[in-house]
Amino acid sequence: MQLESQRTARQRPAGPARSRVLLRQERGCLLLAAVDARAAAAGLAPGQPLADARAILPDLETAEHDPAADLRALSALAAWCGRFTPWVAPDRSGCDGGGAAGLLLDVTGCAHLFGGEAALLAALVEGLGKQGFAARAALADTPGLAWAVARFGLSEGAGPSAMGAATCAVPPGAAKATLAALPVAALRLAPGQVELLERLGLRRVGDLYDLPAGSLARRFGPMLAHRLAQALGRAKEAISPLTPVPPFVERLALPEPSDAPEAIALGLEALILALCRRLEERGQGARRLVFTLYRADGSLGRLKLGTSRPSREPQHLKRLFAQRLEQVDPGFGVEVMTLAATAAEPLTALQSILPCAAGVSVRGAAVPKAEPPAFGTALCPAQAREATPASEAQLSEVSSSQALLPQALGEVVDRLVNRLGAAGVTRRAPRESHLPERAVAAAPPMGPPAPAPTPTAAWRRPARPRPLRLLPRAQPIEALALLPDHPPAQFRWRRLLHRIAAAEGPERLSPEWWHPEPAKAAEPARDYFRVEDDDGRRYWVYRAEGRWYLHGLFA
Amino acid sequence: MSSGLEKFEAEPLEDGEPWGLEALRARIRLLERGTGRAACDGLALGLPPLDAALPADGLPLAALHEIAPGRPDWDDGPVTGFCLALLVRLAARRPGPVLWLAAGGDLYAPGLAAFGFDPARLIEGRAKGDGEVLWAMEEGLRSGALAAVVAEVAELDATAARRLQLAAESGAVPAFLLRRWSRPGATVPIAAATRWRISAAPAASFALPDSGIAEPRPRWQVELLRCRAGRPGNFLMEWDHATGDFSLVAPFCDRPADAAGVSEDGPAEARRAG
Repeated sequence: MQLESQRTARQRPAGPARSRVLLRQERGCLLLAAVDARAAAAGLAPGQPLADARAILPDLETAEHDPAADLRALSALAAWCGRFTPWVAPDRSGCDGGGAAGLLLDVTGCAHLFGGEAALLAALVEGLGKQGFAARAALADTPGLAWAVARFGLSEGAGPSAMGAATCAVPPGAAKATLAALPVAALRLAPGQVELLERLGLRRVGDLYDLPAGSLARRFGPMLAHRLAQALGRAKEAISPLTPVPPFVERLALPEPSDAPEAIALGLEALILALCRRLEERGQGARRLVFTLYRADGSLGRLKLGTSRPSREPQHLKRLFAQRLEQVDPGFGVEVMTLAATAAEPLTALQSILPCAAGVSVRGAAVPKAEPPAFGTALCPAQAREATPASEAQLSEVSSSQALLPQALGEVVDRLVNRLGAAGVTRRAPRESHLPERAVAAAPPMGPPAPAPTPTAAWRRPARPRPLRLLPRAQPIEALALLPDHPPAQFRWRRLLHRIAAAEGPERLSPEWWHPEPAKAAEPARDYFRVEDDDGRRYWVYRAEGRWYLHGLFA
Repeated sequence: MSSGLEKFEAEPLEDGEPWGLEALRARIRLLERGTGRAACDGLALGLPPLDAALPADGLPLAALHEIAPGRPDWDDGPVTGFCLALLVRLAARRPGPVLWLAAGGDLYAPGLAAFGFDPARLIEGRAKGDGEVLWAMEEGLRSGALAAVVAEVAELDATAARRLQLAAESGAVPAFLLRRWSRPGATVPIAAATRWRISAAPAASFALPDSGIAEPRPRWQVELLRCRAGRPGNFLMEWDHATGDFSLVAPFCDRPADAAGVSEDGPAEARRAG
């Protein structure tokens, strides 16, 4: 049975007595791409023309083959298998050789969680069966042997009804004996090579054991010897997982599927505590976390969040998740939950706050390894004079709060980012541009500022006046200037007439002709004026190609 | 209440500490807040008549302050300027960044740098509505890790304001509410420690940048409308971004600054004078 036909059958169950095939078009001719069990029993096989198939089974039901959907279905199944192990890889290598698509799972160290290898396989096949897929599962020392046994080592007639025969766990050390009895196609070879081997009378893998490796390689190419070595564990083969395996994962299986929010919250709490313990053992703190719900119907619910600083504070992580826990839908019930730290960074041990007497500074008691963000104060001339009046008690308060500042700040920034979104909480970084709207870039609120395009990353006092508020888009105004080059004498903005009492300018800002976008490079030059109206409100207006715009507000 | 009184009485008076009427006033202040000495801390604004009008010889930290434009929708610049001037003085005193929350977010960092405030100490939060702004403000205040929290809101009710005041006290962080334009009649009085109204005022000189002054001093009509344990007043003042100082302005050129510029009769009187 193949994934292709099973996926279609799941979507539209065929009539009770009809066989179904999937079709693909090749050089104007319709060929069978996949056949279901009943059609296969009647002698149909992939690659046959549709006309021949109709001659054998006239009431054949046909559907179009959709490889992209097959791949999606296989990836979804791989994600579902994440409940057994994070090392899951979809495997399409069998499709070319006429075999079925499969999944490779590395369950090293996972079997005991499910009550042994046999129980793990049974749970796997049963779970897939519930989703409408008949599957065969084999567990062996090497991926190659498991692949071979799953496809060729189980009795052909085994279906969902005979669950026991659909699984096989090869005991350790029995690899060579098990493989010897299998046909050579079990070695994941190209169809042509299989044909060649069979023509030479080498039908079983065991027949190859006695042949010298050198002549095998000469006669059949290096692939055959390599595949044989892989299946027997003499050559290494790695399973490259679908998603990167996170360094820290905690897993919790519920005794029975539950959709109660309290159960999920409790489970999450237990996972957070376990994960934080693991992180502490390794001296790490989580930067990105993924909470995954494996629902009873085979679908997945995910909740991802990030922290601005490495953290392994259970209370903090709990609060972050609590803000968004209602966003995940438990569906018809959750069977398994996992919590993974997909990104972690070193975090040295934090000492909890010392109960300190007044006047004793605890500065430096809790300083994470990462540098605290530099909040430069070079621009504040008032600082030097203002530093004196604080009394002794105040000083100690300030210093103790300073010591705890980075952690508390990181936590509050996390909560804000969690609710407002990463784009909603930013710091401003300077950008080297003389156009006012391009002179500012957004930077993450806590981490090091984004790599500045120029070496001058610090803010400098601008040489010319700049407004406190810059309108997101310059607004056209009706202005009246006495002479073409003069500042406006009055202007109308938001239906109110402003008479100009004083003006200063112009400051000419030319377009950035080097800008990659032609539209931006060809903008007209702007003549900026700072104007003050009768009431004392100060505006930043400019003229471009004879038209006037209001761009900013001064204090 | 009673526990706070006992605690205070247990402390012996030290030499040099104010006694008599001043000491009693300080005690009352402590009892009113109930959160200890830090809550009564004031930020001196460096302007004697203004500091005298405020409790705690300055702007009380750990409290909610409301700053409203003199003319809604038109005086956003002066309101921003006055709040930033307070922040410049505050940033020298307290560690940590300032959180500025708004729905739109059109603060211009080079303008802040020109004003004397380091944009590197500013974290901007963009929220979707007043509700989210208020939530974020409360979170920021309770954390106690910020130098100050500023929020631009159009509407809020007395309960929300009370929550913010409590959050400011618990985190010992000053909170500034900048009122944006809202529909007439929607603004209800809220329980803020101080309530300011800022209007633009014509500057005396409109210096050209060639004279060496990058930015002329902005001038505002600052009305202290309401002040818990203080006296309302009305001031015409300038901000010097180069030194980070407020200064009073004489309404008429021929009067000295110390004799004029302050009128304590209330806003109406001042408006006529100004």
